[in-house]
Amino acid sequence: MAGVIDGLSWLLLLIGGGFVLIGGIGTLRLPNFYTRMHAASLTDSMATLLILSGIMLQAGWSLATIKLFAILVFLLLTGPTASYALANAALLSGMKPEETGRTVGDKASAS
Amino acid sequence: MYYGVAFAIFVTMGLAMVRALLGPTVYDRVLAVNTFGTKTALLLAVIAFLYGRQDFLDLALAYALINFIGVLAVLAFFQNRRTDKSNTHEE
Amino acid sequence: MIVVSGVFLLTLLAIIAVAIVRTENLFVAVMLTSIFSLLMAANFFILDAADVALTEAAVGAGVTTVIFLSALSLTAERERSLTRERHLAIFVVIVTALVLIYATFDKPRLGDPQAPVHLHVAPWYLEKTPELIGIPNVVTAVLGSFRGYDTLGEVFVVFTACIGVLFLLGSKRDPESAVSESLPGSAGLSHHLIPKVVSRLLVPFIVLFGLYVQFHGEYGPGGGFQAGAIVASGIILYALIEGEAAALAAVPRAALMGMVVGGAMLYGLVGLAGLALGGNFLDYSVLLSDPLAGQQLGILLIEAGVGVTVCGALLLIFHAFAARELA
Repeated sequence: MAGVIDGLSWLLLLIGGGFVLIGGIGTLRLPNFYTRMHAASLTDSMATLLILSGIMLQAGWSLATIKLFAILVFLLLTGPTASYALANAALLSGMKPEETGRTVGDKASAS
Repeated sequence: MYYGVAFAIFVTMGLAMVRALLGPTVYDRVLAVNTFGTKTALLLAVIAFLYGRQDFLDLALAYALINFIGVLAVLAFFQNRRTDKSNTHEE
Repeated sequence: MIVVSGVFLLTLLAIIAVAIVRTENLFVAVMLTSIFSLLMAANFFILDAADVALTEAAVGAGVTTVIFLSALSLTAERERSLTRERHLAIFVVIVTALVLIYATFDKPRLGDPQAPVHLHVAPWYLEKTPELIGIPNVVTAVLGSFRGYDTLGEVFVVFTACIGVLFLLGSKRDPESAVSESLPGSAGLSHHLIPKVVSRLLVPFIVLFGLYVQFHGEYGPGGGFQAGAIVASGIILYALIEGEAAALAAVPRAALMGMVVGGAMLYGLVGLAGLALGGNFLDYSVLLSDPLAGQQLGILLIEAGVGVTVCGALLLIFHAFAARELA
């Protein structure tokens, strides 16, 4: 049973680390603010969930698990809120989600 | 295993920092700071486990909190300056 | 592992420092300073200094960023461009840096186990704390009891800084506070529904967490300074969301002044109580019949005094800047 928990936690940590890296690369390489916003906020929430769950499995039933759960709830509540507030502020200040023109399809599609 | 995750988080912190330095608009930089803060909180949780010092988890919670308040402060500040349009695209 | 991550973080720190100096947009500089604080705090954390890391994060990345932003809203956003070269300044900086670097040659290497501080001072503290004070966190024992004088000085420095800011910025805006309701800046972020709802949920938990850090300072990382900064951050969050007038209605200026003065006075009174009961100034062992319990009570009281003063001072400074902005 301990081996299953260890293996599961290993897997969760691995995938969480992968999401973190994907988010970082996305933040750097994507062309537009709104696309970078996608990369950063989505991978943030997913990576938080996976990594903290992985660590919680390792900790077992202890005070540390409760603290980790508190951190998880807090990050899951405030991460999307901060992203929403940021995107809203950008939109209200006039930054438009523009077409970069790199797509192969027709330009007549609405942005 | 924790080393691998810590390494991934370090690399992402570096990438987010590059975005903070490069970002043409202000909002890119704020995004980078927000990402940086959240990754720091995750890094602290992972390293606290690496060291076996589980009372350091309080720090991760405090960091997550501080990051949130910082981003909202930037946005509240920016809203007050929204009347001045030239502030949104600079450099 | 520690060396590699330490070197990595310090490299990032150097890059950020260069960027802060080179940018001419002050808003960008403030954002980069926030990252600088977080990096420094992560560095302290890796070096196993948890109390310092918590203080650096709470004060540096949180409250200082907010205060810088409030100050920025009173001035221009771009740095004034240089009109003449500054050769003399560069010369003075280089000479001072070289003198300082030369002075560090006599210092023992960082972390050297043969250094005098690790051979004499640190083992003494580690030995004597369980028998003289009895709390697990040695940092709080050193801060609160063995070096209590220094901490008394720190509290009074925070108090003086707060008074200094109030002298400079003044607080005679109350008759015009009725006018401020109509200005757009005073509404905060209140028309954004989602941040408002989430923040209202969070503010009581943040204050509760601050109290937890305050009282947990004897067993883990924590203590008065960190707790004061965290509670102040919670109330600043409320002020950002609901507007500064609402925050002043919740925690009025008189209460904040009372907190600042009361905290410092509490610290002094604990010291005088030690004198009155027959010991030295700031000797907590005489406070109760059992010296160990007396020490713990003394540390509890002075940490409370420190936390209250720091919270009141940070909030007063924030309100001084924010109130000025609306005028």
